[in-house]
Amino acid sequence: MSDIPVRQVDAGPNPDRIYVRSTTGFYQKLRTVTLWTLMGLYFAACWIQINGRPLVHFDLPERQFHLLGTTFWPQDFFILTLLLIIAAFGLFFVTTLFGRIWCGFTCPQTAWTFIFMWVEEKVEGSRNQRMKLDRKGSLSQWLPRKVLKHALWLGIGFWTGVTFVGYFYPIRELVPDLFTFSVTTGWAVFWIGFFSVATYLNAGWMREKVCLYVCPYARFQSVMFSPDTRTVTYDANRGEPRGPRRKDTDRAEAGLGDCIDCSICVQVCPTGIDIRNGMQYECLDCGLCVDACNQVMDRMGYDRGLIRYATEREVEGQPRRRFQPRTLGYGVAMALLLGTMAVLLMQRDTLDIEVTRDRGGLYQTGPNATIENSYSLKLSNRTNQTRELSVRVAGPEGTHLLEPIAMELGPLDTRSLPAVVRIPQRELEGMSTPVTFEVIAEGSEARNSAEAPFIGPRP
Amino acid sequence: MSSFWSIWISALILIVVLGCWWLVWIVRRNQPSDRVENRSVGHEVDGIEELDNPLPKWWYWMFIGLILFSLLYLALYPGLGNYQGLLGWSQTEAWEREMEAAREKYGPLFAQYADTPAPELAHNGEAMQAAQRLFSNNCATCHGSAGRGGYGFPNLTDDNWIWGGSVDAIKHTLTNGRQANMPARGINPNLSNDQLGDITEYVLSLNDRSDVNEAAAERGKPLFAQACSTCHGQNAKGNQNMGAPNLTNDTWLYGGDRGTIMETLQYGRNGHMPAQKQLSEDQIHLMAAYVYRLSGQHREKGAE
Repeated sequence: MSDIPVRQVDAGPNPDRIYVRSTTGFYQKLRTVTLWTLMGLYFAACWIQINGRPLVHFDLPERQFHLLGTTFWPQDFFILTLLLIIAAFGLFFVTTLFGRIWCGFTCPQTAWTFIFMWVEEKVEGSRNQRMKLDRKGSLSQWLPRKVLKHALWLGIGFWTGVTFVGYFYPIRELVPDLFTFSVTTGWAVFWIGFFSVATYLNAGWMREKVCLYVCPYARFQSVMFSPDTRTVTYDANRGEPRGPRRKDTDRAEAGLGDCIDCSICVQVCPTGIDIRNGMQYECLDCGLCVDACNQVMDRMGYDRGLIRYATEREVEGQPRRRFQPRTLGYGVAMALLLGTMAVLLMQRDTLDIEVTRDRGGLYQTGPNATIENSYSLKLSNRTNQTRELSVRVAGPEGTHLLEPIAMELGPLDTRSLPAVVRIPQRELEGMSTPVTFEVIAEGSEARNSAEAPFIGPRP
Repeated sequence: MSSFWSIWISALILIVVLGCWWLVWIVRRNQPSDRVENRSVGHEVDGIEELDNPLPKWWYWMFIGLILFSLLYLALYPGLGNYQGLLGWSQTEAWEREMEAAREKYGPLFAQYADTPAPELAHNGEAMQAAQRLFSNNCATCHGSAGRGGYGFPNLTDDNWIWGGSVDAIKHTLTNGRQANMPARGINPNLSNDQLGDITEYVLSLNDRSDVNEAAAERGKPLFAQACSTCHGQNAKGNQNMGAPNLTNDTWLYGGDRGTIMETLQYGRNGHMPAQKQLSEDQIHLMAAYVYRLSGQHREKGAE
């Protein structure tokens, strides 16, 4: 293929800013659905309650993380690691199957940019109107529109911040507290401010610059690409040589390809690239240029798909290989990890016991030639129900608790208490004998145990 | 800190700070140009070249700013040997401020129990849980987390008291501490070791031991009356005003076997319960109720 001549497209009054032209079509509709759904979930999930408990609540002061009706504790954090690994494999898996669809259809950066652009379009008008406003709008036209736009942006940013903090500080308390100036922690206010400003800057000013300069995914996605990766592609074989023409011009006679060089594909691109230059790391695979070009093709009476989702091999006329070994590999890895996580989640302890032997003093002597050791127990009930707990101790013959331990422990409660174990001295084999404490929840299978040493006199 | 070390430390710190300034200054003075000219140093690997460009200005000024900051900091806060700083900040004072804040924050938790009599408080589950945490932090090191005591540390869960087990006596013990002193050989320094052995047999006989040498115990009885009864009493039942333990209930602070009793007599004992000055009055009240409960006294008197 010969080199394609590259022509600079009008970038607008400010070369640092991309004036994105809005477009309609299948992919834009798809994006609208996925992005609004995900954003809707973000804004709504913190408000949902089940049985009076929030669906999602990360309770930092209590170190409890309520998620979909279950509660996670700091000791469950390794499951989060697993989840992140699964997410990474999921990303690889989806990328080998469908290409880089994460960026264009689901990424929060895209979602918030999408909503901010929507506001911009509503307030300042279309791409041409915005460029005109910035070039030669009078102050009376310019000022009210800018003020309104930034106010709306800040408003969305503010609500994004409130929602974010609402996952850590129950939002049904946060919102009333916020408007009555009675938020109990300064950190809540700080983070609302931080995320308000960060959202405003990210989605209002940084936009595609985050994807181009900050996001690591853009940089490492190339290692996941192969000639069989489906991605937004300009069919240069069909399009070149490009050039303007009248609708009734005979392409073959004029020696032209299908590309009429209208530059609409560049105008609609949220990262401001020209897809006709080939695959670029800046491309988010959002498909807006596909929509735009299809409209032009329809108008010209040409076949759709001059720009389309295709693999490199497809464009070169070879059959598409749907199956790739690496897809299978990622899939298997993901399935294995998901299985591991499911098992770990099911085996999570709902009852915990920790035992610490007293550090001061070795042992006490009790009546009838017995030896006593004192321990501190820490019992945790990790369910949402009040439970009746009892503790047993097992060791050499005659091992028993000085006073039986039975108590009621409330939902998600933890209690420390002392325990004294007594063992007849003749049963002790050495200076240190292991004993096992077991905690049992009445009326359930839940139990847990912990071992501790029992120290006695030198035999 | 002696003035030599004070000067030594001050000099080291100032040399380091000035050294940093000198390094930044000398590098800047020796750079061939102030502008970014992308001169190559000559290293090239895979098309990546090492360039010799000047440090960006903002970075240079950040270094200078940090050096100025450190000098300002050293002027305001203690950092140079014995010099205390212009602000007069000290760790002790910072700690006291934090303790004051903690007292203000947690004071009300304990104040709510202040007006409830201790025997009644001993039945309040929530109060006892708070008290148990206080006990773990302040008392368990010596008395054990369950209050069972240990060698030299009294068991708090029986009803044998050295200094008295009434709420007032417990509070007095917590507030002022206790200093017990059992002199070697009682109050008669002239007792021989054989005589001490006789007293040991006598003390063992008071506790219904089966292996007592009766003749020795007989000999020990008058010796006990002479050397020990001033504190422990004629009947050896002890005296809580002096912290003299009851010697007839087979409860022992240091051990009740023959050898240990002999050792106690030969060398004496010095028990020390420190005053719990870190506890507020309200906390002591709660703590007294907890110790009262530990000893089981609340069971008889709880019905009131």
